[in-house]
Amino acid sequence: MARRWKNTLSENDVTPEKVFLNRRQLMAGGAAALGLGSIGGALEAAEGLEPSSYEDITQYNNYYEFGTGKGDPVKNAHMLTTTPWSVKIDGLVDKPGDYAFEDIMKAMTIEERIYRFRCVEAWSMVIPWNGFELADLLAMAGVQSDAKYVAFETALRPDEMPGVRYPVLDWPYVEGLRLDEAMHPLTMMATGIYGKDIPNQNGAPLRLVVPWKYGFKSIKSVVRITLTDKEPPTSWNQANAREYGFYSNVNPEVDHPRWSQASERVVGGGLFSKRVPTLMLNGYADEVGDLYAGMDLSKFF
Amino acid sequence: MSVVDRINGVARKVPTWPLYILGLLPVPWLLYLAQTGALGREPIKELEHELGLIALRLLIAGLTITSLRRYLGLNLIKFRRMIGVLAFTYVALHLLVWVVLDMSLLWGQMWADIWKRPYITVGMAGFLMLLPLAATSNNLSLRKMGAVAWRKLHKLTYIAVLAGGVHFLWLVKGFQMEPILYMGAILFLLALRLPARKVAQRA
Repeated sequence: MARRWKNTLSENDVTPEKVFLNRRQLMAGGAAALGLGSIGGALEAAEGLEPSSYEDITQYNNYYEFGTGKGDPVKNAHMLTTTPWSVKIDGLVDKPGDYAFEDIMKAMTIEERIYRFRCVEAWSMVIPWNGFELADLLAMAGVQSDAKYVAFETALRPDEMPGVRYPVLDWPYVEGLRLDEAMHPLTMMATGIYGKDIPNQNGAPLRLVVPWKYGFKSIKSVVRITLTDKEPPTSWNQANAREYGFYSNVNPEVDHPRWSQASERVVGGGLFSKRVPTLMLNGYADEVGDLYAGMDLSKFF
Repeated sequence: MSVVDRINGVARKVPTWPLYILGLLPVPWLLYLAQTGALGREPIKELEHELGLIALRLLIAGLTITSLRRYLGLNLIKFRRMIGVLAFTYVALHLLVWVVLDMSLLWGQMWADIWKRPYITVGMAGFLMLLPLAATSNNLSLRKMGAVAWRKLHKLTYIAVLAGGVHFLWLVKGFQMEPILYMGAILFLLALRLPARKVAQRA
């Protein structure tokens, strides 16, 4: 197994600081890694009765299959059936096949990861995910030596997804990573938030999380993972190649053609919250910077 | 008496000044909603978006007045100035929210955005065009300038509305219906004026 990743964000970085966590959820989440000493502080902060971060995370979403409004996914995503669920893993793997969600969960070790999440639209959150490293899932299927890329696909269910009636994108939603990005210990498949099962609007029952890339790379409700030797097509790149590159690494120095990426708005701060500067690779430059050594990031954006 | 005549009759009697107050009611209402969380998890963006949408709708409403009279005989001309002034007010509030709340007074980044981001450039151009129109939306200016010059200046509305439509169309991600519908309405209303202008030139 790859080198493990160590959390550098503390609970105080969770969006926003007034966390509402209760002790039972935390225990149920098996989030021992959190450090129990900080729970008291989080509870005290909760006395402020500000909007809870769980609500920010689960009610402000981009999931265009359920509508393009930020509040559409929470309204519509309940229609999505997530049981039974299986993920087809195919392409350049030793054991291709349909992997049932329960079987995946049995084989994986669930841990909590508190990651920054930066949307290409220049807003951000900090999210306590539960899940496992993608590398562990790929190891389950056995990656062959000639594989260079990983392609992902979201479920496409016209009966359950009112948004796919409109050609906002060329459905189904597809994404991709270079194999070394996919195998990086920061890259995970999330199955929970705050120790609860991940809500549908956040990509149930399992989604990719790549914290140093813009949010749209972290594809939701994954039904297929394909190992390949060619760079796979990705939805936003196909929709507008000038604006969305294959890499889409968070980079304050490379602007979106239509807006600046230098700063971001932290969701949940209310009417008078200030913009904050965006960090190179979303603050994970030390961990993943060497993946892009020697690459011109304004060219490979 | 036809429906049109009846509406014209009522319109003659309605004073315009209370409509200014009525037209501004959405502002405290939106601020109230933002405070209670009813505008969603990111109230700044929503407030900015709503103010912009109201401005665009008012600009479009202003465009319909002339066509309503020409094609339906409906005379609402006396409300046109109010609609225009309100539209300008909402554009200004939209801009204010962007500058103060959204961009946190980051002048450097805003300045760069105005030049580098086409949708912001276009939006800002639309706002600048509305400035002389708002400043001359009073009887004194009309008298001083003379009706011909005043009307000529106020043709800028057409370009400003187009700028508003393009601004909206340009800022969304992917293929989305709403801004296309607004742009369609604007182009339709502007197209209605084309033959009228030709007739006027011939006369």
